[in-house]
Amino acid sequence: MLTLDNLDKVYRTGTFGTSDLHAVRQVSLDVQRGEVVSLIGESGSGKSTIGKMVLHLLDSSGGTMTFDGRDVTKLGFRARREYYRKVQGVFQDPFSSFNPIYKVDRTFETLRRSYFPRVTGSEWRSRLDDALAAVTLEPDDILGKFPHQLSGGQLQRLLIARALLLDIELLVADEIISMLDASTRIDVLNLLGELKGRGLGILFVTHDLSLGNYVSDRVVILYKGRVVERGETSAVFDDPLHPYTRDLLASVPHLDRTWDEVEAEEAERTQRLAGRCLYHEAITAQGRSLGEEADAADGVPDGVGLVEYAPGHFVGCFRKAAEEKCPAAT
Amino acid sequence: MTATQPTAAPGTEAGEQPAVTGPAVSGGRKAQGDVRETLYFALRNPKVLIGLVVVLGFLLLGLLGPLFLRHAPMDYAGPPMAPPSADFPFGTTTFGQDVFAQFVAGLRSTFLVGLLGGGVAAVIGMTIGFVAGYRGGLIDELLNMLTNVVLVIPGFVVLIIINAYLGVRSVPMQALYIGIFTWPWVARAVRSQTLSLRSRDFIDLARLSGVGVGTILRREVAPNMYSYLFMTFVLLFGGSILTAASLDFIGLGPTNAMSLGLMMNQAVQWSALHLGLWWWFIPPGLGITLIVGSLYIMNVGLDEVFNPKLREM
Ligand SMILES: Nc1ncnc2c1ncn2[C@@H]1O[C@H](COP(=O)(O)OP(=O)(O)OP(=O)(O)O)[C@@H](O)[C@H]1O
Ligand SMILES: [Mg+2]
Repeated sequence: MLTLDNLDKVYRTGTFGTSDLHAVRQVSLDVQRGEVVSLIGESGSGKSTIGKMVLHLLDSSGGTMTFDGRDVTKLGFRARREYYRKVQGVFQDPFSSFNPIYKVDRTFETLRRSYFPRVTGSEWRSRLDDALAAVTLEPDDILGKFPHQLSGGQLQRLLIARALLLDIELLVADEIISMLDASTRIDVLNLLGELKGRGLGILFVTHDLSLGNYVSDRVVILYKGRVVERGETSAVFDDPLHPYTRDLLASVPHLDRTWDEVEAEEAERTQRLAGRCLYHEAITAQGRSLGEEADAADGVPDGVGLVEYAPGHFVGCFRKAAEEKCPAAT
Repeated sequence: MTATQPTAAPGTEAGEQPAVTGPAVSGGRKAQGDVRETLYFALRNPKVLIGLVVVLGFLLLGLLGPLFLRHAPMDYAGPPMAPPSADFPFGTTTFGQDVFAQFVAGLRSTFLVGLLGGGVAAVIGMTIGFVAGYRGGLIDELLNMLTNVVLVIPGFVVLIIINAYLGVRSVPMQALYIGIFTWPWVARAVRSQTLSLRSRDFIDLARLSGVGVGTILRREVAPNMYSYLFMTFVLLFGGSILTAASLDFIGLGPTNAMSLGLMMNQAVQWSALHLGLWWWFIPPGLGITLIVGSLYIMNVGLDEVFNPKLREM
């Protein structure tokens, strides 16, 4: 449904863009209906930047974005309004998602004024109650309150309810559970599962691997703005290939295996993959050389692309940062 | 009298403009009954109260005074150089004009110049500040450049030149010119506050609700800084009055109207000082000093009201 193709984002910083920050590099991924795709990466890896580009809150600097086959890379104001009927987002920080000087109701009122000016008061009220019920909130506890009178978890769920008021097809959820306590976390995760069952596509942004593992069908591992590995959740988690993914997974506790088993497996993998780069091996096997590939990519530094290692399991060059050298090149 | 002859009018020399230390945007004014609470603290703050009483007193005098006058400001109504008496509460000029009538008329133009000059500067400054801060990018850089250019122009000097050559001869005209040169510090302040508000997620959420830029600025950004904008206007109001008085005093004021600065200009021209006609220049001088001083005191008080951290508990 949503497809990103070689999406780029360069932040212009300094006067007249004298110093640039390449926050997202050639990112390609897709989200289908009824599927949760986790975007996993450490802080500053560009996850929110990607989310905001999908939501058209930031302009992309290169690449294309399509929604149901239609190009949505650039949208005018009207087209964007229509886009938002189908695509909505929930942000990382619930406290800053509400204007502190207004009651929380106003967030819903804004949506109503904008998209449902003809819906009557009572009709709207019942829709609102339904949406709040879906996120297990009691309208009486919530409505008429100011944001600072509610908890982060309540605000976060209000934002999800807001997105549900529109009949959306894609939800961009940016770290929506990092602010929640354990019990609400489960509620929200289950809610996402239910939405997925209803056919919603969800781009789930997180820095927490175990959460990614729990909710998602597919994962995309991001490092410094570059996709280093992506594929079915089980494939990536059972057989992580990229050094960065392996580092990440090494710090995640496994419930079904003992620590020794995990360590042994990882030691075996390290031995198997040491000094290699599956990406460049695949490129070479296709009869292309490292230098040629850079030319083919139109001068883009090589190694930002991915190769399909196993069906549906993609991996990029084994370098970490885009500026580094590939371990296999030395 | 020196008090009314500023070497540099704060309204024009933006660099010296007392910065409005408004409440931090992030402070986020909230709580129920916010307006009532603010009013409660405002009316209990002695600085606000004193400033308000003085300014409103003069305003009332300017508005209602003409109803009780028997002479027009420029009429040769009585004996020349008469000291204050029952007939002429502020005495008369060398030509026998009623100083009180002139003072009342002068108050009107003083408030008019404050309102219009402050208004023009506020509208330009806030518009540019909001747009630059919200849109960012190239628009911001261009507007910033414009702001900085106007900021470094010695506004008062330009005003003198404009007034001298274009012949500004009415109060609204004078106010307009003053407004055009005093907005830059407002634009800067509003821009930086908008910049910090723009990065907050509720702005993005409003955009996700399909709301346009104008609506977002009006309904989401500006309400977060009403107190700040109000204080800014108070300062602009006082600054315009002072600048206008200075221009009038050096003889570049409106010719078709009376003003407090013009009164002092005439008093000096006709040697009121040497002749000992103190009633001719003390009232306008004191009037301007009191009005502008009260506005600034009020501003300090408002700062305390709007910024809970400064409230004396
Ligand atoms: N408006 C901006 N201007 C310049 N640089 C920015 C801007 N926003 C983000 N960046 C930079 O882009 C990079 C990616 O930021 P982003 O917010 O997407 O990270 P993230 O993966 O969401 O991190 P976190 O997990 O902390 O939320 C960071 O290095 C950040 O400093
Ligand atoms: Mg983020």
